[in-house]
Amino acid sequence: MGESLTLRVRNGHVASGARLLGWLEDGDPRGAEALRALHPATGRSQVVGVTGPPGAGKSTLVDTLVAGWRARGLRVGVIAVDPTSPFSGGALLGDRVRMQRHATDRDVFIRSMATRGQLGGLARHTGEACAVLDAMGYERIAVETVGVGQDEIDVAALAHTTLVVCPPGAGDGIQAQKAGLLEVGDALVLNKADHPGADAAERDLRELLHLRGASPEGWQPRLFRTVASRGEGVAALLDAIEAHGRHLRETGGFARVNGRRARRALRERVLWRVEERLLERAQADPALGSLLERVADGSLDPYTAADHLLEAWIPTPHPDPE
Amino acid sequence: MSPGRPLRVLLAKLGLDSHTIGVTVIARALRDAGMEVIYSGLKQTPEMVVATAIQEGADVIGVSSLSAAHMHHIPRVVELLREEDAADTLVIAGGVIPEEDVRELQRRGVARVFTMGTETGAIVAYLKDWWESR
Repeated sequence: MGESLTLRVRNGHVASGARLLGWLEDGDPRGAEALRALHPATGRSQVVGVTGPPGAGKSTLVDTLVAGWRARGLRVGVIAVDPTSPFSGGALLGDRVRMQRHATDRDVFIRSMATRGQLGGLARHTGEACAVLDAMGYERIAVETVGVGQDEIDVAALAHTTLVVCPPGAGDGIQAQKAGLLEVGDALVLNKADHPGADAAERDLRELLHLRGASPEGWQPRLFRTVASRGEGVAALLDAIEAHGRHLRETGGFARVNGRRARRALRERVLWRVEERLLERAQADPALGSLLERVADGSLDPYTAADHLLEAWIPTPHPDPE
Repeated sequence: MSPGRPLRVLLAKLGLDSHTIGVTVIARALRDAGMEVIYSGLKQTPEMVVATAIQEGADVIGVSSLSAAHMHHIPRVVELLREEDAADTLVIAGGVIPEEDVRELQRRGVARVFTMGTETGAIVAYLKDWWESR
């Protein structure tokens, strides 16, 4: 089963890829098993992160990027992340409303993901989902984040190319200076550029880009004005995304991003599994109940309690006695 | 939610009808019941709905129809799911659907039809029961 599923995923079989994505999101061990087998087939796609505040027009922009890539003969995957409600655990995933013209295109795969409590603008398994789409042979993968504030910039660690989408009126000059978000864009996109305030926003963003300068490898981020709903300005943006992909491949940046992603995947895997094991241990530990009670009734402070638990579960290594 | 994960429900509007209030209310009710609701918008064809459901790994497809085209479109969704080897996806429908059509739709593989005036709570309860029995 597992082996034939990974083979079908590598052959681009949509239902198999979709099932694997479900396993990964749900923490099904078959998901990790399949990723192991697929790993050698990954590392080829250019992952393009699309981030920005709510209402910036990210989904519409992704829709037009998909159309542009398709016109250039490329196969495209999309991962669109929306927030999970912290109250119900449910989510309303509506990004693909703007992308449905691609629904029956066999060379486009769109998947919506809920954050399920993950902070940082992505879902916990977004990186793994990219690996699956990569193994399926999608040459460009757009990752649309939730509507983000100033520092939810996880996507920049995941993507080869990060687009920061800003609507006009998102803030005055000072806002533009301090926003951590704006510092991670390989291109800034001033979308809804036909709206009032676009020229002022353009001035602010240009100033910011000027202050930022080029990356150590010599990439100078540029500003693009788009009206995604009419496809305006998107061709130039697409050219820049493609140019950035080539730049990364020429300067070794592409492999570096893949390496960063792999290191991150390793770190995340280890931390998740440690967390899992600790929770299992905690449930089986009779001392925990009384400790929790003492913390709750105030007879023990949480800091001392944390030290007790960690010392019991993962003792600090002591140097060998001579 | 029974098998340890949120139920994934695709909500779609088939055909030319452009009434969105009902489907929006249902989407919120399902989300508030802890489900992940994928909304794919208006004017969907059965082919779009089924392709979307497969990509999204949807457990359930909820089709809202307030136009007379339901007898044509909704059974086609069931048919395409069978062709795509995804017949275990539950198909439910809602909207302005006359009683005799309800029976016919159920005969043709629609699990449940919620006609106008159904409380959202009834839809939530039906889906929870189905999910728990899986």
